[in-house]
Amino acid sequence: MKNVAISGFGITKFTRDDLPIESLMASAVKSLFVNTPNLVQKDVDAILTATSDSSKYLSSITAELTGITPKISHNVESLCNSGANCAISAFAYIASGLADVALVVGAERFDSPGLILEWDKSRGQFRHPIYWSSIFTKSHMRRYGTTKEDLAIVSAKNHKNALANPYAYFEKEFSINDIMRSKNLTEDIRLLDCSYPCSGSAAILLTSEDVTKRFTDCPIWITGIGQRTVSASFTKNHDFTAIQSTREAANDAYKMSSKESSEIDVAEVHDAFSICEIIEVEDLGFAIKGNGSKYVREMYDTQNRRINPRGGLLGSGHPLGATGIAQIIEIVQQLRGEAKKRQVEGADVGLVQNMSAAATSSTVLIMQS
Amino acid sequence: MSTFEQEMKKGNFVCSECQKCNKLVWPPNDFCNTCFGKVRWRPVSKLATVVEFSRKENTVFCVAEFEKTIRVMGSLESLSGQIKVGEKIKLVKCEFNGKERFIFQIAGS
Repeated sequence: MKNVAISGFGITKFTRDDLPIESLMASAVKSLFVNTPNLVQKDVDAILTATSDSSKYLSSITAELTGITPKISHNVESLCNSGANCAISAFAYIASGLADVALVVGAERFDSPGLILEWDKSRGQFRHPIYWSSIFTKSHMRRYGTTKEDLAIVSAKNHKNALANPYAYFEKEFSINDIMRSKNLTEDIRLLDCSYPCSGSAAILLTSEDVTKRFTDCPIWITGIGQRTVSASFTKNHDFTAIQSTREAANDAYKMSSKESSEIDVAEVHDAFSICEIIEVEDLGFAIKGNGSKYVREMYDTQNRRINPRGGLLGSGHPLGATGIAQIIEIVQQLRGEAKKRQVEGADVGLVQNMSAAATSSTVLIMQS
Repeated sequence: MSTFEQEMKKGNFVCSECQKCNKLVWPPNDFCNTCFGKVRWRPVSKLATVVEFSRKENTVFCVAEFEKTIRVMGSLESLSGQIKVGEKIKLVKCEFNGKERFIFQIAGS
């Protein structure tokens, strides 16, 4: 199996702009080419797109708009973790020798059809994501004493981190009070505990070890991968205080990279709702089970950016197909030491956790400089 | 429309059960997801247990578990006091109008 590096990236600002999705994708790809001077269109063996918008044949369209005639082109769709899953498909093409250079581009519009899941019979009439997140929130509160203020701290921290991310949707700091006083969506969550649908695109260039040097002097290697789908039905999450799919995906990724959770210097985790980050830092092994909120509170109090330095989904916005790729871009910048005001000092090993379908499916990547 | 949806539309909550290995197949389907055997359709018990719940304005919504296997989200109506996890509830109405809808009350009420 060949080693695979991330050798370039491009990203658009996340907005509520009403732009065609192919224009968003092409903009991120253009930015990637501008940032990667030695790359020309004929180098690209594969172009893979990630989006929940299946209304167009976007891999071919994006290839045409950016002058690429690839050997391999297709879309990857798995709701909110389409981005990270798409990167893994590209990894597999390169690791197997079917491609040397693969371009991965994810995008979504603010009005994506992927925002509300229409299949899951087990959710009855309660299909909006606020319902599953309320159930996780209530269970974690009941078992571990997590409070509404703990939730607000996640959101306050990530909105604050997003102020240093020029591509984030939000450009405003929210106090713990602002968040706790934002509209009650249910008894357990408030408006500012929820990530915000927006338009945006993100692209990365994956290359085989044979050609990487042509494109970058500071490659970031993907050394660990884990994916797990436990169900397509929300109610099949056995325990609403944990995310089984994340725990299992993380175990596989740690094993593949021979790393432990204590060796991760920086991570982007899927905070679709405040409660998600609290549970994820536990299930990724950063905090002891039940101590997730204490762990996040300490980061907030000490201005530690180790988790979600770009502002996560809460601060950056959540254009579904772009999210996983934007998470990867943040870790690339962190491991290259190019994250400017967001930089976690001395970051050598990073992790991305991207999740979908009411926590039933998770993807974890471990990356190293 | 699937058998499940047709029955829900008539107010019957049914589930598929494998004729070969007798497992309940949930979410419902036309064949068993363990052994791929044929299924029969049978009514699900009206009694369920509250696994978790929350509220949106005046609506209490819960995850309810039937027969220790099937879990669905539904609304809990006609509540007079506090509810608890583990509380026994009964399905008083189900329907299908594009999406499934399950309505519960406290058992014995």
